[in-house]
Amino acid sequence: MSEPVLRIEALQVALPAWSDRPLAVDGVSLSIERNEILCVVGESGSGKSVMAKSILGLLPAPHVRVTGGRIVFDGRNLLEAGEDELRAVRGGRISMIFQEPMVALNPLMKVGRQIDEVFSVHTDFNAQRRRERVVELFRDVQLPDPESIVGSYPHELSGGQRQRVMIAMSLALEPSLIIADEPTTALDVTTQAQILSLLKELQRKHGTAILFITHDFGVVAEIADRVVVMRHGKLIEAGATQAVLREPREDYTKALVSAVPSLRPRHLAGPRAPAPVLEIKALDKTYGGRASLFGGRGREVHAVKQVSLEVPRGHSLALVGESGSGKSTLARCIVGLESGYSGEILLDGENIAGLTRKQLKPYRHLVQMVFQDPFASLNPRNRVGDIIALGPILRGTRKADAWERARELLGLVGLQPDAVSRYPHEFSGGQRQRIGIARALAVEPRLILADEPVSALDVSVQKQVLDLLDELRQRLNLSMLFITHDLRVAAHVCETIVVMCRGEIVERGSTAEIFANPQHEYTRQLLESVPGKQWDH
Amino acid sequence: MSTFWQRFLGNPRVLLGLAWLALVLVIAVFAPLLAPNDPFEIVTDPFLRPFGEYLFGTDSLGRSMWAGLAHGARTTLIIASVATLASVAFGTVLGALAGFFGGLIDDVLMRLTEFFQTIPSFIFAIVLVAILAPSATSLIVAIAVVSWPPIARVVRGEVLSVKSREFVQAAVLAGQADLAILFKQVLPNTLSPLIVTGSLLVATAILIESALSFLGLGAPNLMSWGFMVGAGRSFLRDAWWLVTIPGIAILLTVLSINLVGEGLNDALNPRLADL
Repeated sequence: MSEPVLRIEALQVALPAWSDRPLAVDGVSLSIERNEILCVVGESGSGKSVMAKSILGLLPAPHVRVTGGRIVFDGRNLLEAGEDELRAVRGGRISMIFQEPMVALNPLMKVGRQIDEVFSVHTDFNAQRRRERVVELFRDVQLPDPESIVGSYPHELSGGQRQRVMIAMSLALEPSLIIADEPTTALDVTTQAQILSLLKELQRKHGTAILFITHDFGVVAEIADRVVVMRHGKLIEAGATQAVLREPREDYTKALVSAVPSLRPRHLAGPRAPAPVLEIKALDKTYGGRASLFGGRGREVHAVKQVSLEVPRGHSLALVGESGSGKSTLARCIVGLESGYSGEILLDGENIAGLTRKQLKPYRHLVQMVFQDPFASLNPRNRVGDIIALGPILRGTRKADAWERARELLGLVGLQPDAVSRYPHEFSGGQRQRIGIARALAVEPRLILADEPVSALDVSVQKQVLDLLDELRQRLNLSMLFITHDLRVAAHVCETIVVMCRGEIVERGSTAEIFANPQHEYTRQLLESVPGKQWDH
Repeated sequence: MSTFWQRFLGNPRVLLGLAWLALVLVIAVFAPLLAPNDPFEIVTDPFLRPFGEYLFGTDSLGRSMWAGLAHGARTTLIIASVATLASVAFGTVLGALAGFFGGLIDDVLMRLTEFFQTIPSFIFAIVLVAILAPSATSLIVAIAVVSWPPIARVVRGEVLSVKSREFVQAAVLAGQADLAILFKQVLPNTLSPLIVTGSLLVATAILIESALSFLGLGAPNLMSWGFMVGAGRSFLRDAWWLVTIPGIAILLTVLSINLVGEGLNDALNPRLADL
């Protein structure tokens, strides 16, 4: 076997004194061969990103610093390399793709120019040659109409296109290693699938090695040749992808692998009750630019087009679509956070469409929402008890009773009842989402509206939260409208699926039917895009 | 992660600033005990040098400089803090309403704010005091009127960003009324920048008060540092301490407030302080 592209030996990275553990990376050794995709898998906080950043000397010094080990690239220990030498390696020999392309690209510079700059720093190409290379690269990463995209600013491109630009930039100097830090986490499923296959194709074509960091075993199954699993800064398992996926040795790896929601559809539970909890008839919503005192009107967006659907009592319905498909707008209309739409929203048989906030008050408790971002959905200045008890107190429950109920609810969602007197920042993302669920349950709703409740969580935590939602729903006989972009998640908790695309419903049916026989082109595309679909456990 | 107080009090610049402010505060509070005489009373010969019989000497009329400084600290601190409180209260309410309700209310309130911001603030303050006739109240009004716009802008920006967070939507779903959401959910989350801006505003208020008093537009029966500088300026070459001592008092106080304000900012936003 030839010399590996990169060899990390017993790497140790220290964290500042106030952190929860002394070492972010604790004695990790690994190597990446030429022409290979190595996936580093771990939950947030496992030290995988810190490890990747230490390769290029990008750690936030002086707080986080390497305290031991070697990183050998091209026969040189990068940890001993000077700043000049590192700069030559970065971009030139090793390049990096970040999670959030919008942040990684300079918003004030045309994307073509940003890549052009790479060439003018590292090569002696003339302007003509540089421009040709940029267009060539854009063609390589399959950007539509490369000649004109060269002159676009990052905000004019979609998330997927921006990530393609980042990939083009990372390929510019034909590096021998690309480090990709969760490059698809911020993207829609279909875009993720395209980017993954693009990366794989380019890797084959150029023979580059890729160090791919992710928390999702679905992605691993899709792309990796080999995989290493990290936990609490230590490397706990390594092996060929198929071997690790089929027969994980460590319990932790087993848990991670089984946490990936299966694509196996649920079956319809029980007969349908006669009257649906929620019925939406011909809902239509257009966003117009607001007319300001001095400005004119902005452009109009037709977010939801004549959507009708119903959620049967005691059932869960998944509303699946990508960002921009109008699914969140629909949810906001249902809970009364939007106005100025047309159509009917029948909640328990009563039309609540177009009611003012005051008129809506008697219906508020019937439908409650679980929000997407566990960090933004809890007021950081309020105690958990206040957060959960707010709804009941506003409905006239005495404070002491409401707090007692909050304690019970916390027990119900699997937290310690004495968490009532703590503040949200003391909890992890998954625990916060449990608090959010407890808050939604506090007013005893009939319908829970969950808007991407797990998309901000690690895959292993996702499964716990999904199972909790599912269990509570059945135990308390609730109905649920579950909004997601991830078909795996939908299959895990919902019996029925409605697929939305550009504000319209394009397909609806039971989960089993849709998975077995998708009718609409877009649904097929969504199904195709699920990472790791060939591998299903 | 270290606590707010550890970060705040662990900063030597903050400690220096707090030490000076505490000294000024003690002198201001106990001024009637520390310097029992009326600061306008003539006690002895004029132009006595400092650090002799009288701690800071006497001025051109034979009034004790120490009594003037002690009572001046009172005036300056009271006027500056009341004016700041008034402008913070007004600016917060205005900015919060503009940010929270948006639309036409936002437009009207922000155009009003811009109207006040475009007038040069010190000249505006002079005009106000001149119209209202010099007194402690009109000083407070003048300072408050010229210093609320930045507060309104800061609060509006913060409210705009906080109100888009999901916990505000959760409060709407719980059935909380608009104003309750604004005051109980949104405003508490805008406190950090508000405290920092407000504390720095005290320093500006002291400067405006001193400058107005220097020009003779201060409260007529209250001794103040700016008045002392103004009264002593014609004797600068013969009796340097008349101007220098109250001048240094103003300088150190404003500097201390700025140090404490910066320290608050660093302690409330630890990540920014790191960068």
